Amino acid sequence: MSSLEDLYRRVIMDHYRNPRNRGKLDEAEGLVVNLSNPTCGDSISLSLKVENGKVADARFLGEGCSISMSSASMMTEAVKGKTVEEALHLAHQFSELMQGQEIDDSVDLGDIEALSGVAKFPARIKCATLAWKALEQGIRQARQE
Amino acid sequence: MDVKEIRKYFPILHQKVNGHPLVYLDNGATTQKPIQVIEAVDNYYKQFNSNVHRGVHTLGSKATDAYEGAREKVRSFINARESAEVVFTRGTTSAVNTVAYGYARLVLKPGDEIVTTIAEHHANFIPWQQAAKATGATFKFIPLAEDGTVTLEAVRQTVTDNTKIVAIRHVSNVLGDTVPIKEIARIAHEHGALLFVDGAQGVPHHKIDVQDLDCDFYVFSGHKMAGPTGIGVLYGKREVLERVEPMEFGGEMIDYVDLYDSTWRELPWKFEGGTPIIAGAIGLAAAIDFLEEIGLENIQQHEKKLMAYALEQMKEIDGLAIYGPQKDRSGLITFNLDRMHAHDLSTVLDSYGIAIRAGHHCAQPLMRWLKVPATARASFYLYNTEEEVDALVDGLKKAKEFFGNVFS
Repeated sequence: MSSLEDLYRRVIMDHYRNPRNRGKLDEAEGLVVNLSNPTCGDSISLSLKVENGKVADARFLGEGCSISMSSASMMTEAVKGKTVEEALHLAHQFSELMQGQEIDDSVDLGDIEALSGVAKFPARIKCATLAWKALEQGIRQARQE
Repeated sequence: MDVKEIRKYFPILHQKVNGHPLVYLDNGATTQKPIQVIEAVDNYYKQFNSNVHRGVHTLGSKATDAYEGAREKVRSFINARESAEVVFTRGTTSAVNTVAYGYARLVLKPGDEIVTTIAEHHANFIPWQQAAKATGATFKFIPLAEDGTVTLEAVRQTVTDNTKIVAIRHVSNVLGDTVPIKEIARIAHEHGALLFVDGAQGVPHHKIDVQDLDCDFYVFSGHKMAGPTGIGVLYGKREVLERVEPMEFGGEMIDYVDLYDSTWRELPWKFEGGTPIIAGAIGLAAAIDFLEEIGLENIQQHEKKLMAYALEQMKEIDGLAIYGPQKDRSGLITFNLDRMHAHDLSTVLDSYGIAIRAGHHCAQPLMRWLKVPATARASFYLYNTEEEVDALVDGLKKAKEFFGNVFS
């Protein structure tokens, strides 16, 4: 597999074409985080519903490259139903993955593992991490409320 | 003009990137430097590094001669009346800010107008936007034609007797169109307004004669014309520059320092507080020598041919949309391929050693006007070849193949 094929694995393109959890929650239902990469124009609007210490729902709207949008789709799928601590741990693991580091064996990354190829493309790491940064910010906001 | 010979002077071009010969098409962001420029900077640090305008020792005199010699070289390059009208800055951005802070913010009042377009680079947009916001002046936009170009009719309809500054680019870094500066200067002056020209993309591709253009300011960066980063030029007519207050206070820009007030040195030094960008100015002078030796007309002709060839080849590609005028572009082509995001496209091209720019090109208002989140841009310079255009076209076709029907 060439590094280009490694970057754009089939599962990534599948999430890009058929994004999971695309949409937004009503204001009453959850909080919204808007983030963008000002240098490249990728943007995400992440809706989070945090209830009893759990991520009860996560949806996103956004515009950007296949890496940023598929990463957002995978992230929402992965964190839904997890506790806030588990979700933050996953975000941390993802950040390690982007830095090309070995990650905790006990964590099942599922589809997210497909994004490991991004680590070899330094210019694209910020595309993949945008949704995860929005998640971390959303959880911080939820904790303050 | 023998491009093969010219390429020999650019050490960086002779390398492989991701296993392919480098095809550098991101010249709008920054151009590569010929060995003459690299050596001029190197030589200054090795042979006569010293501060300027200060010591009375031999190296200090050599450095001062080289620094002021560079100013004279720039003067002649853009045909300014006198070298006092050539101020060295850190680049285009700091040149714009020097005038926005040292003039616009000090003299504008509510009711006055700053006129620009939404197709400006952020560097020639935000300083004016913020000056308008700070002074209560009106920020106005010349409406763009359908292809993004600026017509004189539109300029006439926008500029009024309340207009104090018209700020516009010579060449758009996205659309690649060349704005008719000379005619706009006439319109601005009829209304008593000053014309400020962002020449960052103009200088690399046009012979500039500021007296002929009759603009009040013309600013540009060295690194987009084969020179080093960190050096730029603020040209202003003497009578106008006299009215601009310095923004940076400090050493070497002063005449007399009293306890409660000070006076400034004469032009151009009142704008060059602190130790100036000596190595950068020397490198810029070497770049001008290099370009003039090849001949600006030869460079223009080569680029014109190359752009026509690139446009013709790229238009053949199914699903490729080109933004801006479809002909007469100065040095760059901005496009999107199918619904492929420019980043994805750029990553595929990079895997074939082809460097282009992807993103909003520091022109967010223009991207919104074009109704695209991002675009890809291939930008050319004197060392690019038709073979490199072919490599780009080939790369674009491979990107289509690679993504298959994902983006169509």
